[in-house]
Amino acid sequence: MEELKRVQERINPPMVEGHHDYASVTDKISDITLKKRTPFGWFIGFGIAFLLAQLLLMTVTLLFAQGVGIWGNNQPVGWAFPIINFVWWIGIGHAGTLISAILLLLNQKWRTSINRFAEAMTLFAVACAGMFPILHTGRPWLAYWMLPYPNTMGMWQNFRSPLMWDVFAVTTYALVSLLFWYVGLIPDIATLRDRANNKYFKFVYGLLSWGWRGSARHWHRYELAYLLLAGLSTPLVLSVHSIVSFDFSVAQLPGWHATIFPPYFVAGAIFAGFAMVLILCIPLRAWYNLKDLITDTHLSYMGKIMLATGLIVVYGYAAEAFFAWYSAAEYEVFMMRNRMISGPYWWSYWLLIFCNGVSIQFLWFKRFRESSFWLFVISVIVSVGMWLERFVIIVTSLHRDFLPSSWGMFAPTIFDWTMYLGTIGFFFALIFLFVRMLPVISIFEVRTLLPDAKVDRHGHDHDHDGTGSVGS
Amino acid sequence: MAEFDTTTEVVVAAEKVRDAGFTETDAFSPFPIHEMDEALGIKRTVLPYLVFIGGVAGLLIGLGLQYYTHVVEYPIIVGGRPHFSLPAFVPPAYEMTILLASFTAVFGMLFLNGLPKPYHPVFNVPRFNLASREKFFLLIKKDDPKFDYDETKAFMEDLNPQEVFDVDE
Repeated sequence: MEELKRVQERINPPMVEGHHDYASVTDKISDITLKKRTPFGWFIGFGIAFLLAQLLLMTVTLLFAQGVGIWGNNQPVGWAFPIINFVWWIGIGHAGTLISAILLLLNQKWRTSINRFAEAMTLFAVACAGMFPILHTGRPWLAYWMLPYPNTMGMWQNFRSPLMWDVFAVTTYALVSLLFWYVGLIPDIATLRDRANNKYFKFVYGLLSWGWRGSARHWHRYELAYLLLAGLSTPLVLSVHSIVSFDFSVAQLPGWHATIFPPYFVAGAIFAGFAMVLILCIPLRAWYNLKDLITDTHLSYMGKIMLATGLIVVYGYAAEAFFAWYSAAEYEVFMMRNRMISGPYWWSYWLLIFCNGVSIQFLWFKRFRESSFWLFVISVIVSVGMWLERFVIIVTSLHRDFLPSSWGMFAPTIFDWTMYLGTIGFFFALIFLFVRMLPVISIFEVRTLLPDAKVDRHGHDHDHDGTGSVGS
Repeated sequence: MAEFDTTTEVVVAAEKVRDAGFTETDAFSPFPIHEMDEALGIKRTVLPYLVFIGGVAGLLIGLGLQYYTHVVEYPIIVGGRPHFSLPAFVPPAYEMTILLASFTAVFGMLFLNGLPKPYHPVFNVPRFNLASREKFFLLIKKDDPKFDYDETKAFMEDLNPQEVFDVDE
């Protein structure tokens, strides 16, 4: 029997460890917001992030005053940092919806402990991403020109352009992620409302919970709506990064014009997103003592997903090189040689291969997958690697144009860096506020994971008429 | 209104309430219980049909917008493509489909649930704030045709609840 139990635990490890019931998981998660003193580390972390966010504000102020000349963007490297950072952030923003939607449809119960803050991460990352293309236009106060509305200029958008597709894809993604996140929060905010002692908090949480009372009829529609949203978000999350990759692959530029781009970008996005989820949840579970809910099993699963998507990304790099060689197109061959060997940016390519290709190989081993320290280190390396990937794609493809007369070099200025660091600060400041004010783990979904949540008729002498469990 | 400790107890009690012929009933729980739909005789919601309509509307609006823009209002040739270049119009139309369907799913759910509703009589029961924490509640409304205060209360006491409460309006 012992043997059997061990085998079962290996196949189906428990997702909530320790001895918990409905009340204790509720308290554990909601006390972070309601009862516990804010830890000192929170103030330090939030303070640093908030200061960095001020750096963003200052850079943007200067940008408005002086124009995009404060950046290192030039001819031929016109896209440079703003678009690198845009793609980096939006890629990070993909793990949240993947975890909440795709893993829900695949009935992966382990998503429950991590989906809430992964979704928050998605929202904040998309907010950071959205800033870059708008500021990159140079006249961000005219960004509304991208929206199709009848205007006095008598002009309309060109819907054949991938940049226009981007507007639709990113806007839709931001709105649907917000809805998904908020719908998941409603029952948990109701819990906070019922547990808050402070009457102002009670009032605010009361408003935000829309008067949720846990009625069976409401739950019935709620679950269906949630499932439908998951079904709708699944193709959405795949389409968004595909469309971002069209920004590149629809162009004729060697290094961008490749059919592998959409799947390779989507895999890269999930890869980067899981790295960021790990970067956030490893300190979170340690500081707030959530190891019962975010177990080592969770971390190990995320490590496996990182390994799998990372290998797809490496396949993408190999496919790019193969295409260049097999096409025998001189510009393609030159681009690849220049990127890997003879060009001035060769180091960025090999650093990228190290970060995204070599470092993840350690995840094959259980020792590394189950150590939060190594997972954290690998996740940071992967985040750097994914940034380098966009650097390689954008800068090394652009700096050698078709004509040697228009070749150039790119060097970022201090304001490229302050803007990038600034969005990182903005992102973490929002994460810190979220952890302080809303439940970081979906309470009601964790309750359903507890063994008591299952209806067990065997203990009852009730003459049941074949009404078994009903899936909805 | 009766309070229960476990999912099994509340579902079994709900089946008894249904079998006794009560229709104006409701149950409250801190998380969804799938068996409850059957136990209370809850009809399947029309929400999926609304979401489908929302999606189709989004698709038509997306395609219509692009057709109007590129064929009717502002016909301009870009890259030698026809005015109505369907393949290029797929991504925006697709995103509009998802967007409207998702909005319908969320706001349709809230609308059908009659939310937002910050006040509801059940909140008057002091112990009801445990419904969002660990306890399960079963309610028989007084506008049920079979409702009779004394009989219904006695009936509910028979369901083995922790306690039975009156809900003040």
